[in-house]
Amino acid sequence: MTQRAAPQISVRGVGKSYGGVSVLRGIDLDIAPGEVHALVGENGAGKSTLLKVLGGAVRADAGEVSFDGVVTTITSPRDAIAHGVSLITQEGALVPAMTVLDNVALGRWRARAGWVTRRADRAAFDALLTRTGFDLDPAARVKDLSTGAQQQVEVLRALARGARVIAFDEPTAVLTEHEKAGLLQLMRDLAAGGTTVLLVSHFLDEVLAVADRLTVLRDGDLVHTGDAAEQTTTSLVGHMVGRQVDVLYPAPAPVPDDAPVLLEARGLSRTTGPRPVHDVDLAVRAGEVVGVAGLVGSGRSELLHLLFGADAATSGTVSVDGGVIARPSPRASMDAGIALVPESRKEQGLVLVRSITENTALGSLTSRSTGGVVRRRAEREAVGAVGRSTDVRAADPTAPVGALSGGNQQKVLFAKWLLREPRVLLVDEPTRGVDVAAKSQLHHLVVDLAAQGRAVVVVSSEVEEVLALSHRVLVLRHGRVVGEFGRDAPREAVVALAFGDDPTPDQSPDQTPDQPAERTPA
Amino acid sequence: MSTSTTAAPTSAVSARPRPRPGVKVRDYGILVALVAIVVALSLSTDTFLTPQNLVNLLDQASVVGLLAIGATICIISGVFDLTASATLAVSAIIGVTVGQEVGVVGGFVAAVVAGALLGLLTGTIVVKSRVNSFIGTLATSIIYRGMAVVITAGAIAYPLADQAEQFSMLTWPSLFGLTSATVMFLVVAVAAGLLVSSTTFGRRLYAVGGNAEAARLSGIRTDRVHIAAYTISGTCAALAGLILASRAGSAQSAMATGYDLNAIAAAVIGGTSILGGEGAVWRGVVGALLLTLIGNGFNLLGWDTTYLQVTTGGLILLAVTVDGVLRRRAR
Repeated sequence: MTQRAAPQISVRGVGKSYGGVSVLRGIDLDIAPGEVHALVGENGAGKSTLLKVLGGAVRADAGEVSFDGVVTTITSPRDAIAHGVSLITQEGALVPAMTVLDNVALGRWRARAGWVTRRADRAAFDALLTRTGFDLDPAARVKDLSTGAQQQVEVLRALARGARVIAFDEPTAVLTEHEKAGLLQLMRDLAAGGTTVLLVSHFLDEVLAVADRLTVLRDGDLVHTGDAAEQTTTSLVGHMVGRQVDVLYPAPAPVPDDAPVLLEARGLSRTTGPRPVHDVDLAVRAGEVVGVAGLVGSGRSELLHLLFGADAATSGTVSVDGGVIARPSPRASMDAGIALVPESRKEQGLVLVRSITENTALGSLTSRSTGGVVRRRAEREAVGAVGRSTDVRAADPTAPVGALSGGNQQKVLFAKWLLREPRVLLVDEPTRGVDVAAKSQLHHLVVDLAAQGRAVVVVSSEVEEVLALSHRVLVLRHGRVVGEFGRDAPREAVVALAFGDDPTPDQSPDQTPDQPAERTPA
Repeated sequence: MSTSTTAAPTSAVSARPRPRPGVKVRDYGILVALVAIVVALSLSTDTFLTPQNLVNLLDQASVVGLLAIGATICIISGVFDLTASATLAVSAIIGVTVGQEVGVVGGFVAAVVAGALLGLLTGTIVVKSRVNSFIGTLATSIIYRGMAVVITAGAIAYPLADQAEQFSMLTWPSLFGLTSATVMFLVVAVAAGLLVSSTTFGRRLYAVGGNAEAARLSGIRTDRVHIAAYTISGTCAALAGLILASRAGSAQSAMATGYDLNAIAAAVIGGTSILGGEGAVWRGVVGALLLTLIGNGFNLLGWDTTYLQVTTGGLILLAVTVDGVLRRRAR
């Protein structure tokens, strides 16, 4: 340890509590300049909080932080920026309606007598592009960019502010495989150029690939710090949960030969909208899990929305158990026995300000009401029972669902739909932003639900997850099904097909006129 | 049943429902404020705690209170209703005009029906046009005010001379010496409170206001929920209009101008989140009482009413700020 450079960031005894619950306790940590340092741990372990303390977004209750040997009090993002620390969070801190250039220069516009001098901004911007190798149009509105490109804008802004430390909070959770690779390379490049990179991530293989050193947190305590090269995924998980857990995926039970087709889509298309879906045929049998893989923007979520009737199809039909849903709508689909666990629990799944009970009950209100009045006792019992079966861990069912960890929120979402006893379950990103233990539980849940005779469709950007949980996997590209794999297919083959690198050319013309440029690799 | 609340403090302990988990000071802070002002006024004046003053106070609160109930329901569902006072005027005018033909009671019924239909129309306009509700209802309210001018040709609408006595029926004393207007207000408050807190409609209201997309993907027809919220708001506005008309003995196109904002203020002071998805009808009622109480206090204490608006505005800011601080601390 002695041969390392003097620490750039020194954390001593840092602690933080929220409303009496301590989320960080006595953290001591040294981070050397130019290293990629990862913070890992389960949800609620305190890694994001620690990152936010360093980034000035959260104020520590105890302890001190020094930069370059000088003890400093960081009380605001502005202070942090002044010390060269930039925080890039999951939510993003961009102004969607402003241009890329203005966002990069945000708060630091070069001005003369109050007038913004764009030419200077532009010159600085071009220099940054050259340095990072990004391909961004300075005049594009940020809201029109992909998530990956938005993240690049945030990185550019950090660099424009002269950041010497860039802290990423779960940066790859929302990226495609391709964008992920680019971002990880960028982190290496930044570090090689002397910038310190802090990284919080749930993806352990990614952490191991990119980090020089890493720190494991568990329930607010620092349990391990050391070189990344000494760790494996299994040893990290061991540190995180304090015991060895199997990170193996459960295998789906075999589908009986006589299992009937429960969900069938014929020629399902939605040609309007930014991400069209073209002519999808799909048949899922009782007990079968069909996975859908594809890049972000390939129409995966859009396909599920069409199956659920949440978007109107321009042509094609969906039927459950042979009965065509005549006038598709979420309600009609629900009545036919379909349930959709949507992609984003915060935006599409849960009413965060309402209680766990209310959220769980929301999909099946009428089944526990008399003359429009909710039978509260029946509701409490039903919610309690389904909560136990999905292992929702909450002390107080009347607490807002937004106060739960990501994993528990996701379980509430499953519980809500299980109350309806659906025959067809559509699951979009079952484990996004969920800790390792909850992830495994959700995997078992999906497999078990199928084994009980439900037809299940699983969409995930984690190719491994789709392959492991499904009996077969469809690959979508530009809204079309371009191939199908069995569960033993190599991950690389699925990814290659999703990217369009398949050796056998498509019969149909691959180019959709709507979005030709977006897919070209940067 | 309303008299027993303050009577027997010692024996009430065992009857009190056990506190639900998750109940926080923030939830009932506004009630504490209301009680504090009541106690302060009771101690500092001889006139506050007289039956006549309390009857007057509740009578005054009934108009803003009814509007606040409608505003609260709309805000919980994530929309604003700036048509309330214009709907109030049109309904009251229709009530007077129709009443001249079919009698006072028939006129009152017509007014309530008109209010509900106008609310339905407002809701349909907002939902179908997909315009932000603030702007959509602002524009609609101007149209409704215009309609009021058209119907009355700019004049004041009076009931027939022999109807005048019966027309003032909402000012008559009723249960417990309260005015009929107050009784109507309290009945509506209880009914609306139950509707929002205990029915599947109430659950949908909160869900739509808290996260419209999640509600839609849960099979809730969000458009219908919003239209229903506006219909309730329109009905409440018509009832409030009848109280004002009954009091004044007439209706006119400019009546109750600006009351929409008082209603929204009452809802917010009570602690209903302007962001939607949170709040309660009783909060709107308490907010309306608090607003009325301040005016009453100014009168009784002989304070210069010139400062009344400054105080009211300050109170709204204070309520929202304290709410925000407590909320952040809770997170």
